[in-house]
Parts: sequence; structure tokens; C-alpha cells
Amino acid sequence: MKSAVLVFPGINRERDMARALALISGVAPAMVWHAETALPAGTDLVVIPGGFSYGDYLRCGAIAARAPIMDAVRAHAAKGGLVLAICNGFQIACEAGLLPGVLMRNAQIKFVCKDVYLRVERSNTPFTRGYNAGQVVRVPVAHGEGNYVADPATVERLEAEGRVLYRYVSPAGGLDAAWNHNGSTNAIAGIVNERGNVLGMMPHPENHVEASMGCTDGRGLFAGLVEHVARAA
Amino acid sequence: MKARVTVTLKSGILDPQGKAIEGALRSLGVDGIASVRQGKVFDIELAGTDRAKAEAALKEAADKLLANTVIENYRVEVTG
Repeated sequence: MKSAVLVFPGINRERDMARALALISGVAPAMVWHAETALPAGTDLVVIPGGFSYGDYLRCGAIAARAPIMDAVRAHAAKGGLVLAICNGFQIACEAGLLPGVLMRNAQIKFVCKDVYLRVERSNTPFTRGYNAGQVVRVPVAHGEGNYVADPATVERLEAEGRVLYRYVSPAGGLDAAWNHNGSTNAIAGIVNERGNVLGMMPHPENHVEASMGCTDGRGLFAGLVEHVARAA
Repeated sequence: MKARVTVTLKSGILDPQGKAIEGALRSLGVDGIASVRQGKVFDIELAGTDRAKAEAALKEAADKLLANTVIENYRVEVTG
């Protein structure tokens, strides 16, 4: 799997992501600066990593979403290419129109940095095939604006089309407001676009991929992507 | 020419920051505040003198960048 990690000023999770990708896919990703206008030829997966692009000025992700490289990312997605947008990347993808909705300030107005539990809603997607449907995984979050909001019709459509892939749940896998740490609509942690090739999620699976991190629950997402790309080839 | 673009949250969108400000005003003992919703103001200087062109440029700026129209409304005023 050939991957490309986008780099914007103020991003700080790109090296964690590159390490996870190299570890699990066996190939180091290309690091692509925001001012570039093209992705490396043959890119299978574009990753928009986490951080604080442009200091979160204006709105989280708003300025990065208008960077020159984003036209190439939109073209990649329009051809069916995979895009994984994590944390600030999710905010950027929403601002760029790759995904519907917006990430608002956490409902309790606190920056939250801790492990959370996610339920994998279905396993028959490139972004979840490394897991079983209903499986609960432990993954860290670190954000102040992760509260997913969209108009009711959009949320209804996301649910009806099975586009919510990850949801905040209790350790036992149940829906519980106490475990929806940012107040997201329907406890939404991760969604895909209509075509199913762009995933946005607030949690950081790249930070739970090695035994030394204390947990390897994040590996499944990357392993699933590698398998998907290998089978498609 | 000078202009002001005001961006506010659409009604019905939860505004945790506005709520926090509201709570702070209450704890300061400021009386008579029923509710607070926060937003942004952009003061912009325009190069030309054509008012209609200026308004079109400001609208484009608001649509493309200053406001996220999924959750926000904006108002454009050319102030002179």
C-alpha cells in the first residue's frame, strides 16, 4: 500500500501516523507538503493527520481545507482513492467538503485527552475490515472540537446508509451519554462519505499500534486498509 | 472602503462557548442576561471604490472561507 501523509503548518501527528503506516504496511509513506499541487503517482491512501493546522485560526481545519494540495486530494477521492482523515484531519475533511457536517466545540467545553472506547459498527468496509462488527476497541482521543454536528436530514441519511463506522461507547459496547465524551450527535466518532472511500474520525488509532504503547487496538484499521488495497490490486 | 462581515451561529446549533460566557456573566452578577450566543466580526478594508463589486467580493469571501454555512450565517455591510 502506497500512502501519502499531508503536512500542514501546525500539524503534529504526522510522524506518529508515518510510523504506524511504515510498521503495518511495510512501506514508509510519502510526506506531502500542503503547497504541493499533486500527490505522488500511484498513491493508494491519503492521510490527513491530526494536530492544529494554522493554530486552529478562524475555525478548526478551515484554512488547511483551502490549501493547494486539497484539490489533488478531492480529485483522488473522486476517482475512488482512499482518504483517512484523523482528528484535525477530520475537521479539515469536513471543511473541504469531503465529508458532511462539522466538528463543534466539545459539549462540556473541555479539551479531552484520554483513551475512549469505540464500537465498530460494520466490518465490510476498507476502514473496518480488520475488525469484527460490534467489536469494541480502545483508542486515544485528544481534541477540544470533536462534537459531530450535522443537520437532522444528513444524520438520518448517514445512519440509514450505514455510514457511521465508529461510535463512542462504554467499555462493554453500550451507548451511554457518560462515554460520549464530546457530546457528538448519536455518539458519532467516525463516518464515511457516500462512496465509502473517505473516512473521518476524531480518535487516533495510530497511537495504539505497538505493544510499547500499552495497546494495539488501532492496528486493525491499518491492517484492514493494507488487505483491502492488496485485494483490489 | 471599509466593510464589516459578521458571522453568527445558526439558530438551533448548540453553542457551548456562548453558554460558558452566559454562565460567567451570571457568576459576575450581571443582571438581566437571558442568553448569549457568540460569533465573529471581520473588519475588512477594500481596495476599490465600486460598492457593488465590494459587496460581491465580501459575499464570495464569506461563502468560501469566513463562514461555514453548514452551521453559520453571515451579514455583509459596507460601512464607508
